[in-house]
This record gives sequence, structure tokens and C-alpha cells, in this order.
Amino acid sequence: MRKTFSIPGGIHPPENKLQSLGRKIRSAGLPPRLVLPLAQHIGAPAEPVVAVGDRVLKGQLIGRASGFVSVPCHAPTSGEVVAIGKHRVPHPSAMEAACITLAPDGLDEWIPHAGAGDYRQLDKSTLLQLIRDAGIAGMGGAGFPTAVKLATDKPIEYLIINGTECEPYITADDALMRERADDIVQGVAILRHLVAPANTLIGIEDNKPQALDAMTRAAAGSGIEVVTFPTRYPSGGERQLIQILTGKEVPSGGLPAAVGVVMQNVGTAYAVYRAIGHGEPLLSRITTVTGDAVADRGNFEVLLGTPVQHLMTLCGLRASAVARLIMGGPMMGFTLESAEVPIVKTTNCLLAASRREVPAPAPPQACIRCGMCAQACPASLLPQQLYWFAQGKEYDKLEQHHLFDCIECGCCSYVCPSNIPLVQYYRASKATITTMKRDAVKSEHARERFEARQQRIEREQAEKEARRKARSSKAGAPNQGSGSTDKAAAVEAAVARAAAKKAAADPAADAIARAQSARQSPPPAGGSQTAIAKLEQRLAAAEAKLQLVRDQGGDKVEAFANSVKVLQDKLTAARAQAVAGAPPAADAGQETAGRNGPAQPDGANAETPAPEPRDPAQAAIARAQAARSGNAGPVSAAQQAERLRQRLDKARERYDQARSSGNDQVEAFAAAVSKLEQQLQRLAAAPTVEPGDAAATNTPATVEQPIAQLEQRLLAARTILARAIAEDSPERAACQLAVDSLERELQEARPHPDG
Amino acid sequence: MEYLVAQPFIAALLALVTLALAFGALLGFASVAFETEGNPIAEQINAIMPQTQCGQCGYPGCRPYAEAIAQGEAINKCPPGGETVIKQLADLLDVEPMPLDAEHGQEKPKSYAYIREDECIGCTKCIQACPVDAIVGAAKHMHTVVISECTGCDLCVEPCPVDCIDLLPFPATLQTWSWELPSPPQNLIASDRERAA
Repeated sequence: MRKTFSIPGGIHPPENKLQSLGRKIRSAGLPPRLVLPLAQHIGAPAEPVVAVGDRVLKGQLIGRASGFVSVPCHAPTSGEVVAIGKHRVPHPSAMEAACITLAPDGLDEWIPHAGAGDYRQLDKSTLLQLIRDAGIAGMGGAGFPTAVKLATDKPIEYLIINGTECEPYITADDALMRERADDIVQGVAILRHLVAPANTLIGIEDNKPQALDAMTRAAAGSGIEVVTFPTRYPSGGERQLIQILTGKEVPSGGLPAAVGVVMQNVGTAYAVYRAIGHGEPLLSRITTVTGDAVADRGNFEVLLGTPVQHLMTLCGLRASAVARLIMGGPMMGFTLESAEVPIVKTTNCLLAASRREVPAPAPPQACIRCGMCAQACPASLLPQQLYWFAQGKEYDKLEQHHLFDCIECGCCSYVCPSNIPLVQYYRASKATITTMKRDAVKSEHARERFEARQQRIEREQAEKEARRKARSSKAGAPNQGSGSTDKAAAVEAAVARAAAKKAAADPAADAIARAQSARQSPPPAGGSQTAIAKLEQRLAAAEAKLQLVRDQGGDKVEAFANSVKVLQDKLTAARAQAVAGAPPAADAGQETAGRNGPAQPDGANAETPAPEPRDPAQAAIARAQAARSGNAGPVSAAQQAERLRQRLDKARERYDQARSSGNDQVEAFAAAVSKLEQQLQRLAAAPTVEPGDAAATNTPATVEQPIAQLEQRLLAARTILARAIAEDSPERAACQLAVDSLERELQEARPHPDG
Repeated sequence: MEYLVAQPFIAALLALVTLALAFGALLGFASVAFETEGNPIAEQINAIMPQTQCGQCGYPGCRPYAEAIAQGEAINKCPPGGETVIKQLADLLDVEPMPLDAEHGQEKPKSYAYIREDECIGCTKCIQACPVDAIVGAAKHMHTVVISECTGCDLCVEPCPVDCIDLLPFPATLQTWSWELPSPPQNLIASDRERAA
């Protein structure tokens, strides 16, 4: 008899295991639909390798493992793939995930398969590949890919097979050990061959005497030791069982392999035997169906993907009696929101509990620091301390108090006299800390990218500056030689052009000017003022360029002259628009002029050094700030409207520019304008009148304004359409479309008298 | 030597002066040899910052704000970081945590920029505005956002001339789902409730 050790803490909840042990394992039969989630395990989800409409045979691969920590997925019976897509999966979130839905044809036709023969002749990697290809993931509940766990290269002292099943109600492993002990032992022998441990132990709690007997008989003479120990929850936890059987403690944050232990569940050992001995992938599992709300409790061999509803109907569920439908046990399981979810590789129990079995949790009361949770904790943590830190969101301290060693067994919540749901606090805190760590990695990455970009921009600017210097010195050298006044003028013009270009190309200064004018003046006036100033700059630059080209007698004089002409036209148009628009605020005009003044390429300023180059991101920041600076306090609808209006004005300006210059993206700009208008309308339509706010002055016009605007636009669009038709332009259809949509919009915007 | 033995006062003085000179030289050397570059506090603050580079704080990026905080700027001007960052900063700087300054925006769920690609005209304005180079594309060709690199700073939204960029919150998936913290216990005892109220 092997000496066993004790673990700290633990509890003795009512076992409630007898209810489901009255009968032998039965087959759950063939449900009308099988839903197979692609992620039934820990790790990357499998990738589907079948298409909707394909006929698949029993045991055929339907999902390929994608990555190292992943397992494939097989068809549990023959039939047709009817859907690949989102379906509810068994998860505490009740969310949907990718699943393959199969309609069985009832033939249960196997693909050709055969056992691997004598596994002792196979090398380790071949065996591991066979286990991996069979889609085996830990059947005890966690679902970690078995092949990954077995592929350890550390020397292993103990191979432990977990037949503990310490959680109340669950009897799936118990039933499996009673009825299929020989197969399990053969599976264990394969695992033993793979891992080559010094000792192989099967750990069974002393509340399963029949399973213990069966396993002892099956294991006799094989060198596999069956060990029994006193029942206590949670002795079936991996770390706890290792401690009970070997006296070794797995270090915090480490894996069992660190202390020379590999552990597998009895169900996993059985699945390994089926895979190696018979060539059958993992297609079904034993699941306990129990609880007061089902009439016929027992253990079932269930095809993976069988909907919970099917099993419940099979067992005679009394819908009125169910308080909660739990997947897993009462301690660590989770409530199912829907019975549509399928049975997966890790589903060991379905508990249809009545109100008597799972009464509604009593209201939590204040922690009285009794310390019972600390005595019950099997991981020797300080649950009450963790509780305080979790409440105070002191994540550093939570980590210092080894929150991540918590196995979420629920002993602390079970013993808490104040009914505090302690485990919920730990789960939430763990998730938050994990998220924070992920975010920290992401923000570090973002910082690196930002800094790399910053450096690149600086380098580019330096190179540009160097090139400019080289050019100007090259232009300057012949000038000194000849001394001709023409050349001198040309150089001056070039310098002026460079300065003007810089000013025009400098998005930061531009953005500041734009933002300031937008802020300080009614948007239309400011917008057109900026536009005029910008146009003036461009015109000046173009004129300088033209002059230069004329002096040098290049062959592109005509092109330059043309561009000057176009710019002049634009400027005239913009000025006309500014005059026609709202009376421009004088200070805004001056401000804009003052801002742009130094950039004007007149002689006095030709020597002015170019404004310090700034990068466009900063410009965008400046712009965003300017846009935000208006809104103190939470963004009210009025401020949003104001911002939208500014953007709309800008969009209109761009649209007008594009139209006057015959840009081919006029349509896109028009779409943007109309979209912004719609947004604005929506905002205005929302009934938000805040007293004393800017909105108050704007709201009265909300209904008429957009209609008037729409009418104007419709008129303009019709004119364009007429012109397009007259010229038989290819954009006729597009114009027609625009007019149509505008008419529709107008129809919608007009208040309905019949309402 | 005998003179020094005879004059303990001078001997003591001499010894102290020698020691002072020796340690002074050592400290002087250390201050040159082990000089820290930059501001280590600003570095630590910058490590806490969410690095969205969004400029909502009023500084052109996270590092400038971190440096400003090191110089005594308020710690509650970072909406993307929200309460978590404020708390971490308060811990680091040993000051009282304060609520987020609403003037600079509100804490929003994490989001990413999404370009409606059939509406994009290929103007490259968003590419220039992106602080982390998360937008790819070329002039007159469609642009798109590399979601894994996007920080959701929204600096690309405003420059877009056709308004085809949306900020979308990250969808909840099984991988990102997490349990929520239970609501704090109610006061069952009437006198406790009264005291709390």
C-alpha cells in the first residue's frame, strides 16, 4: 500500500453520486442534428476542411488542427454537412462560435480505419501524431491537447492517471472505470510507453469501491499501481492529486512536468486506447445526466455535438422543475442559458438541478474576517485578502498574493458564512489582469511604432533639407560667376517658391490656421477665407514658377501658364463665394492673413527661414485639439452638431473645389457632403434642447434648415444633370442618381402633415 | 609623525580633510560616470501611458504628456487610459487619484478605425495622420487599416475628405470575454444602510 499525503484545506460537500449510478452506461442514440464547435479544447480552433453539402463518413476529419496547441475535429457519424457558421456553444458567456452542423443519415458508416498494431514497435513521434490526429484533448474538463501534454522531454518520475472525480454529482469516470477498466489499463500502458515514467499510478477516491475493484483487477500484474485515498473535494485537481500521491508541490506558475509528473484523466486514457488500438478518433464521450429535474438519471455514451436538449428529452426532463441547467458539476460548472448547445469533448456532466438542489444564492453580507476560507483553500491562499484587493482593484497586490495560483475550486465560497461569491471576484480580477497585460504589450508595440515613425520623419526631413541646401548652393554658384540680374531674379524666385511651397506643404501650420479660423469665425466665412489664403499662396508659387520657366525658356511654359490661370479662376470663384456667403468676420480674416502673411513670397520674406517642419500626426493632433477645445464637459448634442457643421463646411468647400477644377472624384465628395448633412439632420432631429447651451439658438432652425439646404442642392444637382445631358457626358447616369437620391432625401426630410 | 601624535587636533583635521577629499572625488566621479540619461520618472510614466498617441491630453503624443506629468501636470487628462491609468499614475507618483478630466474627453470602449473601402478615394490623408503607421495604401488606391496595429486614436477620422472612416468597438469574442466583478454586497442591516446613506 502506497503512502498518500494530505492537502491543505478542502471540503466535504454532499456527494449526490448514487443517483446516476443505478444503471450501466447507455447510448444516447442519434440526434437529428450534431453541432460540432471547432474549438472544443484549449488553444487555436480547428479549421474546417469540408464544405456545406459534403457527405462525410463517421470518423472523417472535418476540422484540421491549426497550430501546435490545437486538435482536429471529426464527424461523429456519417451524414451531410448542413451548415458551417456561428452557433451557440457551451460557454459561460452564452456566446456563439464557429461550428460545423451535421445532419446524420442514420447509416453510421465508418471510414476505413484500423488500429496501429503493436504500439511498442512505433516510435514516440508517430504515436504522438496518432494521438493528435485522433483529436484527443483532456477529458477531465480543461480540454488541453493531450499530445502536447505528452510531448514533454523532461525525465518523468510519475505518470498519474486521474480517476478521482471529486466533484459532487459527476459519475462519468466512475462508470467508465467500472465497465471499461481493461480498456483504460491498455490506454494507460500506451501512455506509459510514451512517457516512460518510473512509476505509474492510478488515483481513485475511496468513495468509488466498485471502480477501485475493477481497476485493481485490470491493472494486476501490469506494473500499474492503483492508489486510493480519502475522499475530499478538490483532490481531483491536478496539483492537488500530485500532492496527495507524491507529496510534491507543483511550483507556482510551473507545470507538473517541473516536478517530474505527467497527469492524464481516465477518460483520456480510454480515448487513447480507442485511437491506437482501434484507429478510432475521439467521437463520443461518457456524460452524466443527473439532477432532481430529470426522471431517468444515469451515464450516457454521447456523440460529440449532440444537443443538450436531445439528452434532456431522452432522460425525461421536467421543465417546470429545473431551476438551473448546469454543465459540469455544481462547484466548478457553469449555467447554460440555452439547451441548444452541444455536448463537447470536455462535457462530463449535465446537472438539471431543482430549486431544492441549487437554491438562489443568499444575499452576500460583509466579510467578518472569520478566516474559514483560508482554512478551506486547497492552494493555501488567503481568500479574504484576495477579496479585499479584488474589491479595491489592487491588481499588484492580488498578484503578490498569488491570485493566479487559485484553481477556482469554489471551496472558499462554499464555506463563507457571509455568502460572498469569492470565486467570482477572483475570476473577474484574473481576467482584468490578463487583459491589462495584453494591453501593456500592445501599447509597448504602439510606442515602438510611433517612435520608429518619428525617427523616419525626422530623417526624411533632414534629407529634404540637405537636398534643398545642395540645390540652392548649386544654383548660387553659376550666379556668382555670371552676375546676371536675370539669374539673380530667378534664384530669388526659386527661394521664394521653396518657402511658399514649404508653407503650403506644411500641414501643421495649415491645420492650425484652419482650426483657428474655424474656431474664431462663423464657419463659412472662415472656411472660404482659409481657402482664399491657400489659393493665394498657391497662385503666388505658381506665378513664381512660371516666371522661372519663362526666364529659362523651358518648353513647359504653356503648362505652367495654364496652371496659373486655373488657380486665378479658382481664387476669383472663392472670393466671390466669400462675398456671397455670410459677412466674413474681420478679425478671423486678419488672423488668417496674419498667419499666412510670412509665407507670402514677396521679396522681404524671401530670406525668411522655412517654418520648422512638423510632422503630420502632430498636425492632426493640433486639429483634433482645436476641434475639441470648444467642448468643455461631456460632448453635448449641440457641440457635436457644431463640429459636424464645421466638417460639413469643409466637405462642401472641397466639393466645390473639386467641381470647379473638374476633378474626377466629384461624386465621392458629393457623397461625403450629403452623408454629413444626413448626420447633422439626425443629430438635429434628436430632441435635445439644453437650456443656456449653444444648441438653443440652433434648434429652431433644425427642420427648415436642412430642407432649404436640400432644396438648394437639388436645384444645383438638376442644373448639373441638365448640362450633363446636353453635353451627353458619361457622368449623366451618376448625376441622375444623385438627383434621385436628393429627391428622396428631401421627401423624407419634409415634415409629414399627416404625420 | 611624532608631530601629529603630539598634535591630535591637527591630526584629526588632516584625517577629516583627506577623507572629505577622497569621498568628494568619488562622488564627483560617480555623478559623471553613472549619470542617468533623460528623466527616469518620465520613462516610468510613459510606460503606464496607453500609447494611443491621440493627443486628447493636449500634448502631441504620450511621451510629451508623460514628461509634463513628471514636471507636475495633472494626471487625469488621458481618456484612453481612463481610470486604470490614473490609478496607476497615482500609485507611482504617490498622489491622490482624481476623476478623469471631462474637458479632454470620456473613457470609451477600446475601438479600431475601419475604412469603408469602396468609398475610399485614395487621398492618403489618413495615412499621414496615423501616428503608428497602421494604415496602408497608396495615392489613388484604396487604403485599409491594419487592425492589429491600430490604437483607436481617431486622428484619421477628421482628415478624411469623404468621411469613410468609422471607429468601431472591438467585438466581444470568446477569447476576450471575461467574468464581471460581482456588485458590492448590499447592507442588509438597517442601521448600516442608514449610516451609508
